[in-house]
Amino acid sequence: MTNKNTILALTIATAIAAFAAPAMAQVHEVPAPPAVKWSFAGPFGKYDEGQLQRGFKIYKEVCSSCHSLSLLSIGSLADAGGPGFSEAQVAALAAEYKIKDIDDKGETIERAGRPADHFPSPFANDAAAAAANGGTAPPDMSTLAKARGYMRGFPLFVLDIFTQYQEAGPDYIHAILTGYKDAAPAGFTMPAGGNYNEYFPGHVIAMPKPLSDGQVTFDDGSPATLAQYSKDVTAFLMWAAEPKLVQRKRTGFQVMIFLIVLSGLMYFTKKKVWSAVH
Amino acid sequence: MSGNSTYQPQSKVLQWFEKRLPIGGLIHSSFVAYPTPRNLNYWWTFGGILSMMLGIQIVTGIVLAMHYTPHVDLAFKSVEAIMRDVNYGWLLRYLHANGAAMFFLAVYIHMFRGIYYGSYKEPREVLWILGVIIYLLMMATGFMGYVLVWGQMSFWAATVITNLFSAIPGVGDTIVTWLWGGYAVGNPTLNRFYSLHYLLPFVIAGVVILHVWALHVAGQNNPTGIEPKSERDTVPFTPYATVKDGFFMACFLILYCWFVFYVPNFLGHPDNYIPANPAVTPAEIVPEWYYLPFYAILRSIPDKLLGVVALFGSILILAFLPWLDTSHVKSGRYRPLFKQFFWLWVIVCIGLGWLGSKPPEGIYVIMSRLFTLYYFAFFIVILPLLGIFEKTKPLPNSISESVLGAKA
Amino acid sequence: MTTVSSAEHTRRDFLYIATGAVGAVGAAAALVPLIAQMNPDASTIAAGAPIDVDLAPIADGQIIKVFWRSKPIFISHRTKKEIDEAKNVALASLPDPEPDSERVKAGHDQWLVVIGICTHLGCIPLAHQGEFDGWFCPCHGSQYDTAGRIRKGPAPKNLPLPPYKFVSDTKIQIG
Repeated sequence: MTNKNTILALTIATAIAAFAAPAMAQVHEVPAPPAVKWSFAGPFGKYDEGQLQRGFKIYKEVCSSCHSLSLLSIGSLADAGGPGFSEAQVAALAAEYKIKDIDDKGETIERAGRPADHFPSPFANDAAAAAANGGTAPPDMSTLAKARGYMRGFPLFVLDIFTQYQEAGPDYIHAILTGYKDAAPAGFTMPAGGNYNEYFPGHVIAMPKPLSDGQVTFDDGSPATLAQYSKDVTAFLMWAAEPKLVQRKRTGFQVMIFLIVLSGLMYFTKKKVWSAVH
Repeated sequence: MSGNSTYQPQSKVLQWFEKRLPIGGLIHSSFVAYPTPRNLNYWWTFGGILSMMLGIQIVTGIVLAMHYTPHVDLAFKSVEAIMRDVNYGWLLRYLHANGAAMFFLAVYIHMFRGIYYGSYKEPREVLWILGVIIYLLMMATGFMGYVLVWGQMSFWAATVITNLFSAIPGVGDTIVTWLWGGYAVGNPTLNRFYSLHYLLPFVIAGVVILHVWALHVAGQNNPTGIEPKSERDTVPFTPYATVKDGFFMACFLILYCWFVFYVPNFLGHPDNYIPANPAVTPAEIVPEWYYLPFYAILRSIPDKLLGVVALFGSILILAFLPWLDTSHVKSGRYRPLFKQFFWLWVIVCIGLGWLGSKPPEGIYVIMSRLFTLYYFAFFIVILPLLGIFEKTKPLPNSISESVLGAKA
Repeated sequence: MTTVSSAEHTRRDFLYIATGAVGAVGAAAALVPLIAQMNPDASTIAAGAPIDVDLAPIADGQIIKVFWRSKPIFISHRTKKEIDEAKNVALASLPDPEPDSERVKAGHDQWLVVIGICTHLGCIPLAHQGEFDGWFCPCHGSQYDTAGRIRKGPAPKNLPLPPYKFVSDTKIQIG
């Protein structure tokens, strides 16, 4: 009986695989983003403070001219598990920003920012952002690293549960940043205003190549290269999207240890209780 | 809930209270002395696991509601504020989001177990139908909860699912407008979904009480499908079933916590981290995994009305299962043919789930149709006929004989 | 059931107690996030940071109201008369005796900074009203003097002082 079932299941699985293979090949005309080794991957993953600080510098000097980061307070840069800025650094940084407010007389004013303020957006509203950018507003970056990804396909997506692969978003963003080509391949018709990117679905991306070698100077002596930039800013975006990742994984480890102990004890208790009837 | 209890508390105060409200006796007879078949396997622990998950969802949900704002401009932001600012907010929200998935995983195992062992058959028809009602309520609750996040998938799921009702001839559009409280999914929709999402879990809890009541009247089914005949066939619920349930609950919590702490966004769709935008539909709209088989059934049928009928029919048909299955033998263990058709049906259900996540084109459509056909044929053709033609294996005389026989 | 030796008994009891204890610890730990989530969140705490108030525009005898941590803060620019009134009270006659010097910062006698919440049941008292030239609470009739001390009515305590310091002669930082 069991044999028959197994044969049946295998036949069906083979049939599914046979049907699925060509269909999947069509979907994946864009290559899968290369896997980057992130410090925040895995059960004990942590953000690299230096990397997040560099990434923030890139965001501030490059990305922020078009992309908002509206869900984050400036003060959160000093939160535990994050870029590790000090309270004083964050207060000084906040003061650099101009925040729209209303004074005692009801007049609109611009005051110096405070750590509790959220990062101000580069455009007054979405419509203005879209109008200034060829019809599509640049997406807010607060949750971007979790809002992007790519199809992992079978069986990888099942294995991801066990390998704890949660970095499809960062890998994708990193691939986009490094995937710009100066010219589209021969035979590819590029619509006006488009840019060729190897990893963007359909290859035509509206955003012009944002980062190039030498664009941002780091204080810690890290190389001023696109390879370095794209990793650093992606890590920063991952932190922006998942600021409690370090706490989550640390708590998770404690919870796992506890549950394994509890299950073990429950198992032996169960065995003891049932020993009388078995 | 099962008959009169002989429970007599020790303390005088409790005796005084018991005489006026015999709640101690109720608990004692339902969860302590209640006889459970001694041969229950671990698939029977999922009822307890489901109660635990309902409890976790209600507790985390009440807490999340303290921080959530049901307004189109603030819903997404308030969820993100929970994730970023609220003390342990990230934990509570991930527990709730993944808890919904685990709740459905457990309910599917519970249902497959019920079908395999014929737990819907006499005298448990009402018990089974109450279960189907709970499942329907769970689907409605889960869907509305998903909408509350107000991401892209939330918004478009709300649009697509409410539009199912537009298939009703004549009054469809009127009903959909009524559901929305507007001319599209908007703030009134979000507000009423929030209200109902808070209400329905308590309705579920109420039906669960009926479900447990019905269970304790009929008694539990067991892997042999033979009713207990003597005291040798049963053991008291406490400590035997409680400790066994407890052990598997702890194991289930490991799985649940693995998702919460290590892959919390694995079961979600990245697009739901993009705030809802009524002007842009995502490239492909995919429901949460636990609705995928039904989504595949919906899409497999080229006619709008028939597709919706098939979708709802595929769930409602479960309520008729006690009368569609004509076999007098309960347990699949003694039904060699049923066993094969059952496992094929399980594979078809999982296959439909996989197809639901694929774009509706080419080979996927053909496979969806074949699988949908088998899904319904299993209920309408196979089960009624099997009862007539299947040659079942001999049943043991009693539960204890089956247990001891297996040991020998 | 077979007879159980006492050693077996002890081992079994230990197992039951250990399992129960571990389970209880887990349940207690699970309560922590459920309780902690009701405390002020990070954005509320960040918004409660100290604020600066410029005193220069406040005229002699004027009382202004500013908000810090969602609480009204009264800043009173006291006149000579008001200061004298506050100083010339017999402490023994006060329900909550406190000399005026403890109500203001040394060298800044003219500035009284108090939290504008009646110590009775939390209403906001009205300025320049009542028998003592200070504040009068419309809810239950408590009366405060020019140093924000309770003089009459059901309130038990003086108006509390917020933490503040003079950044310069005309600027204070509350918080």
